Amino acid sequence: MALRVCSLAAFVFLSTWTVSRAQPQGLEVSEVAPGLFVHQGVTALMTAENAGATANVGFVVGESAVAVIDSGGSVREGRQLLAAIRARTDKPIRYVINTHGHPDHVFGNAAFVGNGTVFVGHRNLPRALVARGQFYLDAFHRIMGGQLMDEVRIIPPTLLVDDTIAIDLGRRSLTLKAWPAAHTDHDLSVFDEQTGTLFAGDLVFLVHTPVLDGSIRGWLSVLGELGRLPAQRVIPGHGPVSGWPAALADQRRYLEALSSDVRALIARGEPITAAANSAAASERSRWQLFDDYNARNATAAFSEIEWE
Amino acid sequence: MYGHSMRLLCIAGLLSVMLGAGPVHAAEPYDPWPGLVQDIFKNRPMQDGSGVIAIEMPYRAEDAAIVPVTLRSRLSPDDGRRMLAITLVIDQNPAPMAARFELGLDANVTEISTRVRVNNYTDVHAVAELSDGQLYVVKTYVKASGGCSAPAAGNADAAKARLGQMRYRQFARPGVAGSTREAQIMIGHPNHSGLQMNQVTQLYIPAFFINELRLWQDDSPVLAMEGGISLSEDPNVRFTYVSNGAKRFRAEARDTDGHLFRNEWKIDDPAM
Repeated sequence: MALRVCSLAAFVFLSTWTVSRAQPQGLEVSEVAPGLFVHQGVTALMTAENAGATANVGFVVGESAVAVIDSGGSVREGRQLLAAIRARTDKPIRYVINTHGHPDHVFGNAAFVGNGTVFVGHRNLPRALVARGQFYLDAFHRIMGGQLMDEVRIIPPTLLVDDTIAIDLGRRSLTLKAWPAAHTDHDLSVFDEQTGTLFAGDLVFLVHTPVLDGSIRGWLSVLGELGRLPAQRVIPGHGPVSGWPAALADQRRYLEALSSDVRALIARGEPITAAANSAAASERSRWQLFDDYNARNATAAFSEIEWE
Repeated sequence: MYGHSMRLLCIAGLLSVMLGAGPVHAAEPYDPWPGLVQDIFKNRPMQDGSGVIAIEMPYRAEDAAIVPVTLRSRLSPDDGRRMLAITLVIDQNPAPMAARFELGLDANVTEISTRVRVNNYTDVHAVAELSDGQLYVVKTYVKASGGCSAPAAGNADAAKARLGQMRYRQFARPGVAGSTREAQIMIGHPNHSGLQMNQVTQLYIPAFFINELRLWQDDSPVLAMEGGISLSEDPNVRFTYVSNGAKRFRAEARDTDGHLFRNEWKIDDPAM
């Protein structure tokens, strides 16, 4: 009798567990503007515990279709995002737009493959994924483990943006713009015309130390044009939804400090070690994850600017 | 963003070296140095080099693909011996011999800095060859991981445009004896290690790197470098030497595809 109860309990437990695995909880999202939803990532390094959910991801619902902007840091997160979409609409997901190719923005892509979904990115995104994709998969297998990483696939875009394109979700137009080298050499922004909402991808960071993986001079040079986009609000790649262009101020200050500190070091003939130790030190208290990212940003900025 | 999960990778990296590195005792990490002494130095005896040469590297590297290293001569000016060559060995790297520097006989090079890739937590040895026919060795330890398989820096078009371009720079050194100079040569090159994998084809991007660099003041050799894949993208060599009054600085570099890059610069008179 006791044995029967135990097996029944075990059976119930197992089936509940199996059911909850089969139907992922929807990702918590906020409706930031009518028909436009965002999940704000946690400001942290990607780990097994957070399933890589460190970037902002979102979706836009038009009259006939849905577009996803970035898929998250794991297929688990991608599936949770999908569940959040399906909890609100059954319209087809026509587009998954990757703002750039870093793992926290693309590792969820496999959750959206099929049903005619088209992956969209900057003209240089396929090349970046070819060069880096395997390195990312190997690195994150070690960091996040096989359970999360075994199902991650590198899914490159098939619809490429050279300059700007408009995509129509059914009386709802998104304007996609490819930028010259800045945060990466393949940054893409998405502007929802209907609500004036700008998904800036990692062209804009708040709270989280900006990450330099493209060109510091290029990034500083696009801030003007970026700031003039007629947005009511911005969804940065990391950090809270914010007013525009006010949201650029912190990042502009950081990049200017980094750039001018590095230039001064180079002018004085200091070696690259000095950059890692001291560039942008004034910004330390203004950002999270500073010690994880700033020294590397400084080295990248130094090795770029020393070519001038 | 993903980037400094590379920190966690360092710890994982050490584990993978221990587990993956061939016939070893489970208890001890494999020490490749004795084998390298055989392969690179033909088992020649080595003296303790602490009075002869110093090596400086960060204990924990921020970017495993760009790890600065400085080699400094500790020979005093009245030491009768001269330093002829320095070999830099990164023990745990796939290609441990990172570079061999031959010092010009009349140039009195006393300091060399460059940037290297470090693939695993490792000892790094600097072996100086002196005019007395002896080898002198020092070592340091670096914590870094993945430098040899790391992808190239983020601006691919700019990197391509720089291929073969060189920059020469002289550094002002106030208060230093007039004929001692500090200069730097940089050359744009991806220095592909052959260990970066194309994600689509699953083939390795072929090795393609600067393997030779020669520097002269007029016709007098200052420094010659034999380099491998452990040197970072856009090889950069900074060095202190003694000027012979030359008006021109010349550089010649070769890569593994047989390209020859040549350049010449006018030397500024620093006494201004």
